[in-house]
Amino acid sequence: MALVTSGPGASNTVTGIANAYLDSIPIIVLTGQVPTHLIGTDAFQEVDIVGITRPCTKHNFLIKRVEEVAKTIHEAFHIARSGRPGPVLIDLPKDIMAAVTEYEPEPPRKIEEESPRPASKKAFYVMDLVAESKKPLILSGGGVILGGASEELRQLAWRTKMPVSSTLMGLGAFPGSDPLWLGMPGMHGTYYANMAISHCDLLIAIGMRFDDRVTGKIDHFAPNAKIVHVDVDASSINKNVMVDVPIVSDCKSALQSFNALLEQQNFSVTDDQRREWTEQISTWKRENPLSYCQSDTEIKPQFVIETLYKLTKGKAIITTEVGQNQMWAAQFYGYDEPNTFLSSGGLGTMGYGFPAALGVKIAFPDKLVVDIAGDGSIQMNIQEMATAIQDNIPVKIVLLNNGYLGMVRQWQQLFYGKRYSSTDMTYQPDFLKLAEAYGWKGLRATKPEEVEAVLQKGLAAPGPVLMDFRVSREECVYPMVRPGGPIHEMALGREMAN
Amino acid sequence: MEKKEYTLALLVSNKPDVLARVSGVLGGRGYNIETLCVDATLDPAYSKIILTTIQDKATIGKIEKQLMRLIDVHKVTDLTQVESVSREMILVRMKLSDTNKGHLALIIDTFNGRVITMNGDHCVMKITGDREIIEKAVASLKPLGIDDMARTGIVSLERKIN
Repeated sequence: MALVTSGPGASNTVTGIANAYLDSIPIIVLTGQVPTHLIGTDAFQEVDIVGITRPCTKHNFLIKRVEEVAKTIHEAFHIARSGRPGPVLIDLPKDIMAAVTEYEPEPPRKIEEESPRPASKKAFYVMDLVAESKKPLILSGGGVILGGASEELRQLAWRTKMPVSSTLMGLGAFPGSDPLWLGMPGMHGTYYANMAISHCDLLIAIGMRFDDRVTGKIDHFAPNAKIVHVDVDASSINKNVMVDVPIVSDCKSALQSFNALLEQQNFSVTDDQRREWTEQISTWKRENPLSYCQSDTEIKPQFVIETLYKLTKGKAIITTEVGQNQMWAAQFYGYDEPNTFLSSGGLGTMGYGFPAALGVKIAFPDKLVVDIAGDGSIQMNIQEMATAIQDNIPVKIVLLNNGYLGMVRQWQQLFYGKRYSSTDMTYQPDFLKLAEAYGWKGLRATKPEEVEAVLQKGLAAPGPVLMDFRVSREECVYPMVRPGGPIHEMALGREMAN
Repeated sequence: MEKKEYTLALLVSNKPDVLARVSGVLGGRGYNIETLCVDATLDPAYSKIILTTIQDKATIGKIEKQLMRLIDVHKVTDLTQVESVSREMILVRMKLSDTNKGHLALIIDTFNGRVITMNGDHCVMKITGDREIIEKAVASLKPLGIDDMARTGIVSLERKIN
């Protein structure tokens, strides 16, 4: 929930709302509005926030009578959480907020009823396809996590021995340490996830929406596969990729009916039946694992995240900013549980990770919460460092500081002849002094051998800590599929290493 | 893919803002609404929007699904896909002169139109018909001196009871 004032308070929520809209996150935004009799008069701090947010909310309301308040709030919560979740905004004029009325409770509506379930005939068909398939693959997305269906996804994968890849928003639904795990697909996905998609004969896509960052060139996406697509939002199906079996259903119901059928049919698959496919995937993993070129003199950002993973044993909740820091966090930290990786996927909003970390820490005070940030992103919402002290929220910031807007710089390097434009951030605050100024603890590492000690010290300290890692400035994120290119054609970065 | 004019009927809540939401789904994706008709249904809590837009088949399917995502849109019917009847009405104000009166009377008769008001040197007339008829009527009237005109856009209804 967000509560903001009218005018600029309301208009400043737009990016956050659009972010929630693209990632299907249920939020309620209450915006103040000028009194009803002043609406439409260009009054002080008046904006038409209902008009502004119409295309980026699931729904929005302007309340004109105090009697509508209770009903509208009930409805807003229902809309935000049912079906494909999303942001709902309620605009509250000042006189309505100050008015008095009698509250009459309404019976709460059941959300589950709104979620469509798969027809059993289709579930049968899907299980037939699984039984026939020699090279099956599950591709899960944020919908599995939002729908609380991670357990059901695991059952399906383990029982059928199907390898699993998850989109950025889906990380954690399937354990990152499981042998069937392939990592993230797409533009900065693993070599083996992209190769598996390009060679599979059956692709079961669950709760994902075939974003262009995942599919690359559509004509070359899973060219040999029958595609099953489960999504709660009918408009996501056949939108980007034409599929063979469309199933409009919430992920949990669909997975439950698949699993029930497997149980009923006493389905089993032997290692032998999967051997060829498993070996092929192992070969891909062996040939091109996620890797980087370690250095004795410079801190590699991937090394910082690997060390963080080692020290936290994968038990931290990670939030990320957007850009290189986000991709490395997705690649080099393993997520075993859902909701342990929070990131801005669809909108790619720099500045997301730090306030998100504060929210997560309030919700889970006993968990270690780490924002993996870049020096560009962290400065989008750096004023919240005061909030962390004000409200005593001990989060950790792991700052991968390369003095660039790194991802844009990477594109300028690879696709625009190294003509760096507006990406150099050499002039930036001294983050140690900044941390101290806000009452935080600040730590810095400039050499590889200092990384582990700084992380240990920073994670162990009781309060909020900013750890400034001066990393290799021009490190690129690999693998990389060129924009608009097919996902089986990846630059692996070896040419850069030499 | 081949493009043609599709007619969609939308059952929506009769509330402020709903038309803006609907037109936003099309306009935000760069699609033009060719014609638009809106009024309350028998139940005043709901309105029916009938709009036409020129699209290919795949796109019209996507538009229908996007419209269905709107909370206030309850039903979307592609009237192009079912047996339906369509009509449009135009009001035309004509300048009258001794030379065009006779020809005008013939055109009104041909298109089954009617003069609604007549005042010395001008008249306002109406013609009802499907899109093709209206286009022909306008083409016939044009050389006689149309002062101004207003078109309702298409209204359309399924022929059979569901």
